[in-house]
Amino acid sequence: MATPVHTNANVPTGQPPKTQRPARSQWSRFIHSSRTAPYVFVLPFLLSFALFFAYPVISTVIMSFQEVLPGITTYVGLENYKDLINPTFGKAILNSVLYTLLTLVVLIPLPLVLAVLLNSPKMPGRGLFRSVMFIPALTSVVVAGTIFRLMFGELDGSLMNSLLGVFGLEPYKWLMNANTGFLALIVLALWRWLGVNMLYYMSGLQNIPPELYEAAQIDGASRFDSFWRITIPMLKPVTIYVFTISIYAGLSMFTESYMLWNGNNSPNDIGLTIVGYLYRQGLEQNSMGFGAAVGIVLLVFTLVLNLIQLKFFGMFRKED
Amino acid sequence: MLLRRKSMALMFMAVVLMAGLLQGCSFKTDEKEGPGTELVLWTFNELHEKFFLQMADQWNQQHPDELINLKANTFPYDNHHSKLSIALQSGVGAPDIADIEVNKIGNFLKGIPQLVPLNPVIDPEINNIVPSRVQIYGKDGKYYGIDFHVGAEVMYYNKEIMDQAGVNPDSIVTWADYAAAGKQVLAKTGKPMATLETNDLWSYWPMISQQNSDFLDDKGELTLDNETNIKTLEFLQQMVKDKVAIPSPGGGHHMEEYYGFMNKGGAASVWMPMWYMGRFTDYMPDLKGKIIIRPMPAWEKGGYRSAGMGGTGTVVTNQSEHQDLAMRFLAFAKLSKQGNVEIWKQLGFDPIRSEVWTMPEAKAKNKFTEYFGTNIFDTLIEVKDEINAVHIGPKTPDIASAVRNKILYRTLQSGEDPATVLHELADELR
Repeated sequence: MATPVHTNANVPTGQPPKTQRPARSQWSRFIHSSRTAPYVFVLPFLLSFALFFAYPVISTVIMSFQEVLPGITTYVGLENYKDLINPTFGKAILNSVLYTLLTLVVLIPLPLVLAVLLNSPKMPGRGLFRSVMFIPALTSVVVAGTIFRLMFGELDGSLMNSLLGVFGLEPYKWLMNANTGFLALIVLALWRWLGVNMLYYMSGLQNIPPELYEAAQIDGASRFDSFWRITIPMLKPVTIYVFTISIYAGLSMFTESYMLWNGNNSPNDIGLTIVGYLYRQGLEQNSMGFGAAVGIVLLVFTLVLNLIQLKFFGMFRKED
Repeated sequence: MLLRRKSMALMFMAVVLMAGLLQGCSFKTDEKEGPGTELVLWTFNELHEKFFLQMADQWNQQHPDELINLKANTFPYDNHHSKLSIALQSGVGAPDIADIEVNKIGNFLKGIPQLVPLNPVIDPEINNIVPSRVQIYGKDGKYYGIDFHVGAEVMYYNKEIMDQAGVNPDSIVTWADYAAAGKQVLAKTGKPMATLETNDLWSYWPMISQQNSDFLDDKGELTLDNETNIKTLEFLQQMVKDKVAIPSPGGGHHMEEYYGFMNKGGAASVWMPMWYMGRFTDYMPDLKGKIIIRPMPAWEKGGYRSAGMGGTGTVVTNQSEHQDLAMRFLAFAKLSKQGNVEIWKQLGFDPIRSEVWTMPEAKAKNKFTEYFGTNIFDTLIEVKDEINAVHIGPKTPDIASAVRNKILYRTLQSGEDPATVLHELADELR
């Protein structure tokens, strides 16, 4: 074993060592200290976190107990939270929850099945389909929303009504009715996010060892058995991830509804979401304090829902 | 040694990153181009932007020693008002001059308005203009905005359809006459007489204003569900039931669907303010020469035949470093005779300075007189004393939202009982 050689970087080689090392300045000692360096390195993150996340969240909490008017800010205690108990906010919550549930129902099984199909080497045009499915995710939601608004327009010439016309049916006011309005929202979500979720599942599928399928085949398992007993359980972490982000995305949906109804004004609030309500109160009605209270409720609501969901999926259990 | 260099390099990077981060927080964009004092203007209407830029040119010609370098920006309606509200609340980033739509002004008059009182320029002119068009942007005797127009509500009849049905628009005096004529139009042409907005206020609000009613009274108290308002909504609902009127395609008179529908001769008439003329000329070109402008029907003979609807007040913010200049430029653009003539010529609005209505310029050839004929202002002069001021207050944005999103949809689209819906929403708003 070689003896470790300790070199003193401050001592130039070839010269006799000085008897007394020059005293390091405080600053030099500080920046060279292995104890402080990590803190300095994470400081940019900490600063940006504090500035752009912690500070706004804390301000929001404080503001939710205030009435914020131009030039005047007064503490109103729990008044904003009391005012939240109203039918419009109730409707916004219901709409957001319903939208989230419906997107979960379509945006988990469909991408899963499509990913399995597109992962199969026997599938023709795999590359093409993968791109085609993913392209909508790159489209701006503003553009997509506008196009869907025109597709679901109420005149005879809109795409959906032209389709009805082919079957001899009367034109329909799609966006004036709660059910069909929601249908448009879900179709838009499906069109946009199908490719993204499919991509997650495809990456998950590529991590399943092929030996498992070979072993199953030897044991005489059918294709469906392999899918049900190998693919789905092995994709559980991906499913949990997709589930979690879908809950978050569903509850925070706003732009889609805003574009589909040409502003935050869907008839009888059929497309009003929690964030839509926050926007209406905070910005459109200039009640920042009340809007902040809506935001806090949304934060708590999403957090609790996700925690319950993660607990349900056993995410907090220790790995076996 | 290598380690030390590495740590130094990393440290340097960290410092650069932090510097970049802090740099990102700086807002200063102090660029001066062209001669003159820079004034920043925000609006939500491209035509307004063009108008102000044009007026800035005229100002510069007439005030060579006080040149203005106007920087104008147009944002979408909601985006514009939200941005302005946040800039005023936070105390940074507001422009010198900004447009505020009448339904939004309530938000900006809450608390201590962050706007400059315009009394020094308005007070000397108050007798030359329609006073309600500055009063709606006022609070405690101070005026904070100047409107572009009177917004007189008028009836636009499609003469071709009316002729087909054998109805003379001039014989329609009351709303009862209008509904009866509507039945005849429907029977003869199969077309509805009117389209009603379910996502905006310009069908319902003028009808109650004609009867001295409003959503708020002059003390700011909510009167949304009073007897007059209920009866008026019932009248509208009855017209829909009789198929004399239909809810407007797309929900309102500013929707692509509506323009297409109307341009093809979809309905025999529509009542909208005079500022709506520009939508006809720009979006319904096929109706050129077919549309005539008449006063609205009154509720009873001799009753009011119009109402002042909508409007955009232009304000000066208290963050402006050139408040006095901004105010004087605004007066030049929107209060002066010259400015008011330009408002008519360029925007097709009924200007707030009434002497302009009888000037030769009011009948001179432009795209509006070519489309509607040269007697546009005759209608305005006829009804000018029949316009009630609307009551605008801090609750107005909330009320407008309820009427737009719920009340009109539930009664005119879904057929719910007007009294029940109005009482329910009024209780929620109180």
